[in-house]
Amino acid sequence: MIEVDGLTVRFGGVTPIDEMTVVFPGGTCGLIGPNGAGKTTFFNVLSGFVAPAAGAVRAFGEDLLQMADFRRARWGLRRTFQQEQAIRSLSVFDNVAMVHDHSGGTRGSRRQDVLDALAFVDLEVPPREKAGVLGARERRLLEIARATVGKPRVVLLDEPAAGLPDEETAHLAQVIASIPERFGALVILVDHDMSLVSACCETTAVLDFGKLLASGPTAEVLRNEHVIRAYLGTEEEL
Amino acid sequence: MEIERGQVVRALVIAGLFALALFAVPELIGIYWVKILTAAAIYSVVALGLGLLYGRVGMVSLCQIALLAVGAWTATRLLYGTGLPFPIVLLIAGLVTGVIVTVVGLPALRVSGLHLALITLMFAGAITLVLSVIHFPNGGGGFLGQLSLGELQNFRNIRRPGIATSDPAYYRYTLMVAALMFLLAVWQISSKPGRAWAAIRESEPAALAAGVNITQYKLWAFALASFMTGVAGGLLAGSAGALSPVAFPTQDSIVLLAVILMGGIYSVWGAVVAGLLVRLLPALLEDWGVSIYVSLLLFGIGVLQVLATAPGGLVDQVPKDVRKLGRLISHGVGRIAGARGPAG
Repeated sequence: MIEVDGLTVRFGGVTPIDEMTVVFPGGTCGLIGPNGAGKTTFFNVLSGFVAPAAGAVRAFGEDLLQMADFRRARWGLRRTFQQEQAIRSLSVFDNVAMVHDHSGGTRGSRRQDVLDALAFVDLEVPPREKAGVLGARERRLLEIARATVGKPRVVLLDEPAAGLPDEETAHLAQVIASIPERFGALVILVDHDMSLVSACCETTAVLDFGKLLASGPTAEVLRNEHVIRAYLGTEEEL
Repeated sequence: MEIERGQVVRALVIAGLFALALFAVPELIGIYWVKILTAAAIYSVVALGLGLLYGRVGMVSLCQIALLAVGAWTATRLLYGTGLPFPIVLLIAGLVTGVIVTVVGLPALRVSGLHLALITLMFAGAITLVLSVIHFPNGGGGFLGQLSLGELQNFRNIRRPGIATSDPAYYRYTLMVAALMFLLAVWQISSKPGRAWAAIRESEPAALAAGVNITQYKLWAFALASFMTGVAGGLLAGSAGALSPVAFPTQDSIVLLAVILMGGIYSVWGAVVAGLLVRLLPALLEDWGVSIYVSLLLFGIGVLQVLATAPGGLVDQVPKDVRKLGRLISHGVGRIAGARGPAG
């Protein structure tokens, strides 16, 4: 369970997250909202890239914000990026081993843990292959393998399906939905693809202009008229 | 990981070439060229350190030649002032250089890119200045003694290891130590630090999210590169007989950056090419009656060429060009054979 209490982030005069208070109960939780709603900023706060002006985040009872940024992976916090960040000059194996090295895994378990993670996401490329030659879908899967190797506790997925065709998104949805039961980890999924969010997430929270608009069971949230208006509102502006 | 046949062949070829350089080469060439190749091997190790910093971690350091001087100075002091065995002296020279850089590097690593390059360049200038004040040891009494001008008849050459007093033997000794440094680098690059460095170079956010302590791994790269450079300095001390600060001009660090770019920063072989370029090429030019400053011009053109067309450097480009040429030739031969075929 992740409890967010009064979280506020300010960049100069902009407030990308404004007194956000929400609970992510467990399993796979959706986090949606129009562009600029503060979703990625929220992930960056959890990762330690951005220091909030106020508020607290407790993850499984621990004060996440007090932890040094590079220690959060060892604690079990993992993430993927909106612009996928597979390390191109490293092999597929080494990409995952790179996370394993620093997240509490032992040297003896490295090989098996890495291969397990690659098998979990169903990445059928030779582990020796350089990540730079992989396609978009394979790189996305590689990032999820990195985010789940070893013992993840919280997995943050930032638009993992961006740029993927529908049939590949279906496979991705299966992988994402099986993370909680396989690892016992809490997943927060940010995506604009509502079918992916509905397929994976029992609960969903909605952000709009840095404020929490709604949260609860996904089906109810998506029927919420404020949520519909927020999404339609941005479309009208376009 | 399973060992593949290709890797075995590769290792055998490298071992064969190394044996050739170790045993055959000094028999085939004169003492002058043996000394030049000794210097090339030493500068390869310096280039290896810079290549590791720039190619693997993405940090530009412009103080590597100054660090070579620090290693050389430390080793010279120890070789004159103590009876320590040569390998121990090399180790201490490497460690002293590594520790100095760690102390200086800790604040410097908060900046990156151009600012880091500038700070390292100024650090190099400072070292050069200090060395020109305190001088290289020349065999004066005690640990800190310096021979005055009147006593220079007492000058003794910088000590060499007992097993490598002759120039060819010292060349072999240098080559062995250089090979150890290369193995050290390859080992680090292909294990945990290498993976962390690659992540830092390509995406610091991804590295951080993976739990990499970025400052610590940058510092380790700097310390490791400096250790290797310090050891190279010790080797240089033994090879030179006598040393002066003139051998370590600050601008040589910039030239080194140019040649490592030419050789290739993404492969350790680039460092071998860089060592040859920076020490063998000027000697060849001089031998052919061309001014050695022409080499600077060639390095300039070479860097432009590499930056514009071949970011992998010569070690990446030449094999590709050779393969292309091979295809072109086989294609041409095939065509000629094909043209003749029906007639014959």
